[in-house]
Amino acid sequence: MRALGALIQRDIRIALRVGGGALIGVLFFLTVVVLMPFAVGPDLKLLARLGPAILWLGALLSSLLTLDRLFMADHEDGSLDLIAMARTPLELACAAKALAHWLASGLPLIIATPVLGLLLNLDVPATSAVAMTLLAGTPALTFTGMIGAALAVTLHRGGLLLAVLVLPLSIPVLIFGVAASEAAITGPHSFGAPFAILCALSLVSLVVGPFAAAVSLRHGLD
Amino acid sequence: MTLTDLANPTKFLALTARVLPWLVGATILLFLIGLYQSATAPDDYQQGATVKIMFIHVPNAWLSMLVWAVMSAAALGTLVWRHPLADVAAKAAAPIGAAFTFLALLTGSLWGRPMWGTYWEWDARLTSVLILFLMYLGLMALWRAVEDPSRAARAAAVLTLVGAINLPIIKFSVDWWNTLHQPASVFRMGGPTLDRAFLIPLLVMALAFTLLFVTLHLAAMRNEILRRRVRSLQMMQASQKAA
Repeated sequence: MRALGALIQRDIRIALRVGGGALIGVLFFLTVVVLMPFAVGPDLKLLARLGPAILWLGALLSSLLTLDRLFMADHEDGSLDLIAMARTPLELACAAKALAHWLASGLPLIIATPVLGLLLNLDVPATSAVAMTLLAGTPALTFTGMIGAALAVTLHRGGLLLAVLVLPLSIPVLIFGVAASEAAITGPHSFGAPFAILCALSLVSLVVGPFAAAVSLRHGLD
Repeated sequence: MTLTDLANPTKFLALTARVLPWLVGATILLFLIGLYQSATAPDDYQQGATVKIMFIHVPNAWLSMLVWAVMSAAALGTLVWRHPLADVAAKAAAPIGAAFTFLALLTGSLWGRPMWGTYWEWDARLTSVLILFLMYLGLMALWRAVEDPSRAARAAAVLTLVGAINLPIIKFSVDWWNTLHQPASVFRMGGPTLDRAFLIPLLVMALAFTLLFVTLHLAAMRNEILRRRVRSLQMMQASQKAA
């Protein structure tokens, strides 16, 4: 247990440093959200209508970008081999790393959402709806993305392949996240149903992700 | 001849060399019968002769899912039982499955234009089959990204099993979401609702396409085994030259 706690602390500390993933992820989120009005046009009503989708797409792409770092840095300096050989089960170690990754890279996205919602002309209820769905959905993105990161860890330029592998698994999270946000903002469909499915997706990925990642790492590292 | 006997690549090559010509003949025969039955099937009262795209579209769609199921079984063979030819089977099946999925999407799109008025619609089944196609492509990319085939096999096996969750989603998508693509007419509780005049040609064509898959799959597995032998020989030759 203490080993897992130490692993989480270590990962968060590394991620929060300048070269780590946390700040870069938020910056990329900001970039994507800022680019959208340039592409779509400055019509505020249209931006408010597209707001939840833009925020969700930005969060999805940002988490894809930072997923690369989940195992790559540890693989390069050899600590991944040490983690794999340690007494704590590799599944729990993967879950701990994913949790640390979410705390360091996913939470800042959610914290940045109200500010970016202002850029997109979203009012407070809309922004809080999007933030809540992001809170429920970004763990699913991180934990399913961990599977792709584990598969791609032994490839040298695995970044793009990682994105191709992870995207089909992230599409349901995106669909239900945006559906829940839209339902909360405009109605008439219920918010509860897509939100519950979003939570279910996160919970399932919390269980399946570490197992699949551990199997991939074990077979990829030998 | 049990599965463990077939684990020997040489025996597998010998067996498939004998069996493949018969399979090719059976496939051609079934296609001739199926195409004749499809051509002579009656016109639909609503869709006219366009309904005959169904005899190509539906078997391709069924096979796109069957191939992923076969690959999942092969993935289990790789990860759990370490069957030597399981990863050969998985690698050989991926491009064939991708082709079937693409054909299902293409024929469905051509059928949708006269029937629904649009080539594409983001409804539940079309979207989930498109995701299946993307997963096939990702899987093929993963196979070719790792140099050593047996290491690539294990990574691909994990991805195949994780992606297998898409199969029940595709199957039940027309029940869960009431959108454009029509609900299940054949594989449903209470039996098929399709009239016999259409059901028989459909099943014959499905059988023909399945035999086509088996033939292509076995041929592709033979090629993959030979490809690996060439690779081993090249590596032996390179190490001998170095020594």
